[in-house]
Amino acid sequence: MAAVQGPHSGATPERKGFLGWLNKRLPVDEFISSQLTGYYAPKNFNIWYFFGSLALVVLVLQLATGIFLTMFYKPGEATSFDSVEFIMREVNFGWLIRYLHSTGASAFFIVVYLHMFRAFLYGSYRAPRELLWIFGMLVYLALMAEAFMGYVLPWGNMSFWGAQVIVNLFSTIPAIGPPLVEWIRGDYGIADATLNRFFSLHVVAVPLALLLLVMLHLVALRQTGSNNPDGIEIKKKLGPDGHPLDGIPFHPYYTVKDVVGVGVFFVLFTIVVFFVPTFGGLFLEGPNFEPANPMSTPEHIAPVWYFTPYYAILRAVPNQRMGALLMALAVLFFFFMPWLDRSPVKSIRYRPFLSKLALAIFAVSFVSLGYLGLQPAEGSYVMLARIFTVLYFAFFALMPIYSRIGQPKAEPERVTYHAH
Amino acid sequence: MRIKVRALQALMCSALLLAAGSAFAAEAGEAAEGATQTNWKAWHAEIDIANKGALQRGARNFANYCLGCHSLKYMRYSRMGQDLEIPADLLEKYLIPPGEKPANYILTTMPAADAETWFGKAPPDLSLMARARGPDYIYRLFKTYYVDPTRPTGANNLQLPAIAMPPVLSELEGLKKPVYKAVEKQGEDGKTTTEQVFDHFEQVAPGRMNAEEYDAFVRDTVAFLSYVGEPAQIQRHALGIWVVLFLLVFTWLAWLLKKEYWKDVH
Repeated sequence: MAAVQGPHSGATPERKGFLGWLNKRLPVDEFISSQLTGYYAPKNFNIWYFFGSLALVVLVLQLATGIFLTMFYKPGEATSFDSVEFIMREVNFGWLIRYLHSTGASAFFIVVYLHMFRAFLYGSYRAPRELLWIFGMLVYLALMAEAFMGYVLPWGNMSFWGAQVIVNLFSTIPAIGPPLVEWIRGDYGIADATLNRFFSLHVVAVPLALLLLVMLHLVALRQTGSNNPDGIEIKKKLGPDGHPLDGIPFHPYYTVKDVVGVGVFFVLFTIVVFFVPTFGGLFLEGPNFEPANPMSTPEHIAPVWYFTPYYAILRAVPNQRMGALLMALAVLFFFFMPWLDRSPVKSIRYRPFLSKLALAIFAVSFVSLGYLGLQPAEGSYVMLARIFTVLYFAFFALMPIYSRIGQPKAEPERVTYHAH
Repeated sequence: MRIKVRALQALMCSALLLAAGSAFAAEAGEAAEGATQTNWKAWHAEIDIANKGALQRGARNFANYCLGCHSLKYMRYSRMGQDLEIPADLLEKYLIPPGEKPANYILTTMPAADAETWFGKAPPDLSLMARARGPDYIYRLFKTYYVDPTRPTGANNLQLPAIAMPPVLSELEGLKKPVYKAVEKQGEDGKTTTEQVFDHFEQVAPGRMNAEEYDAFVRDTVAFLSYVGEPAQIQRHALGIWVVLFLLVFTWLAWLLKKEYWKDVH
């Protein structure tokens, strides 16, 4: 079972002509060889490993559609709402660009949540990939900021009131809270100044930060190499050529495989874009088709679905300051995963029952909180949100204990792979 | 001869009685049916955006009954004519008010300041009403107007209580009054109170349309407003099918390519 040789792996041959000229001045071949054809990835990737490349594809889609939207969008209290309708009605294929962008935002989170869950399943955050995980989490944070500010831009009534609720959370910080909120808004309320700075941050600052973080995430990945569903290091078993025995060149094997994933993704994605772009009010909410109105509060203020797990945690606590603190902790806990997890094995495949159960409870809690965050905070919903909040935090807080309990199964020497 | 007349009279009387009786029976049957509560919150507009005829009729209804007060400020006459396949001459003749150009936005001529004085509130622009509230909301609104002498307009609405808009469609629908039913409710303090809740409507004056015609009229209008909310939805569906088909073929080819490459991996 020799490792497969990629067409360009190994030493780069001396090139002549233009490419020779170019390579003396720009390390094109070297880059392709080190990053693609000479980068060996485990051959046992399963369906969970599509979501990293899909996240990159959605990022490019958001940047491309965002550029076109920026050409027609006019930030400002008096112009934002009208300019979005102008895009939807009068700009050639403006509706398509806008729906690609709005659906892309939700798709980004779906893909990123599944990508993160993959890391939970196979222990991808564990040593030596702690920094890779932290860069990923920073990408997630930047993405949340990007999505939140982007949601304010159409200046619908939910944009306005959502911004009101979220920005006001900062006022719960002791002492500096109220002046900080004023500094963020640039006014005494959510207003024209807020809208314009959110636009600036949404189209320039945060995308730049995102690109930098994604690059660092990828560089760190190349340094440690990918984890795999067995959670074992393929670099420990090298072939005579110095490449991992269970590794295959990323290009062409994974590029061609990822293209299939991209195809399947776009089939589902375009079905949403063309046939159910509002996704029943989940991706584009009804009240946001009414212009921002500080005098009229929507019946239920709910963020877009990707923030609702945290929103449910916020509302589960009677004290707003504590709620905001727990909400922040709910995200911060992710960063400490590499050190909270004390299991001797990485992959769920070889973990004992208790660790499997904990992950299942966490997944159910996260999804349930997401559902509850969309519902009004009343009656039994509040009690359910409290129960799932406790379970959510128990998953992280008790991890150092339960991850050590039970006898893990023996990890295999080599990755599990069956050729089709 | 006399006897014959009597017999004829008797025959006619019994025939009349019979007819009246059956009519009464039918009415009683209807009343029994009406006694079951009207669950108007479960009504759906059930619109078909591909039905150009319905959209055209809706556009006509809008021009005749809504445009006097409501604008569609994001919609141009020409775009509407194009999308709904209304010939230019008919558009010009029936749908564009005199003095307006086809490229103009569909705006009401009623001054907003006057409207506020008359109704207490300027009539909202309807461009996005179907998107913001949903087609069912508008459908239920137009089906649940009822007589209410306590309101300045003489009418009220179940979907939007204390509605400022007068019942402009009552000449078509006629007038109906709500029939309430006493329902016993147990309060939080354990006391039982009787509450009057809406049960069903009773027609008190006929309109120019019967119930079915009016229902179709409202559905057409709601379909049109739904189109106005997002004119692109007509193109969206038509283009979407081809995009998805292309991507299916692309994905199938990509999968074949992947299979070919991965033959080497053991």
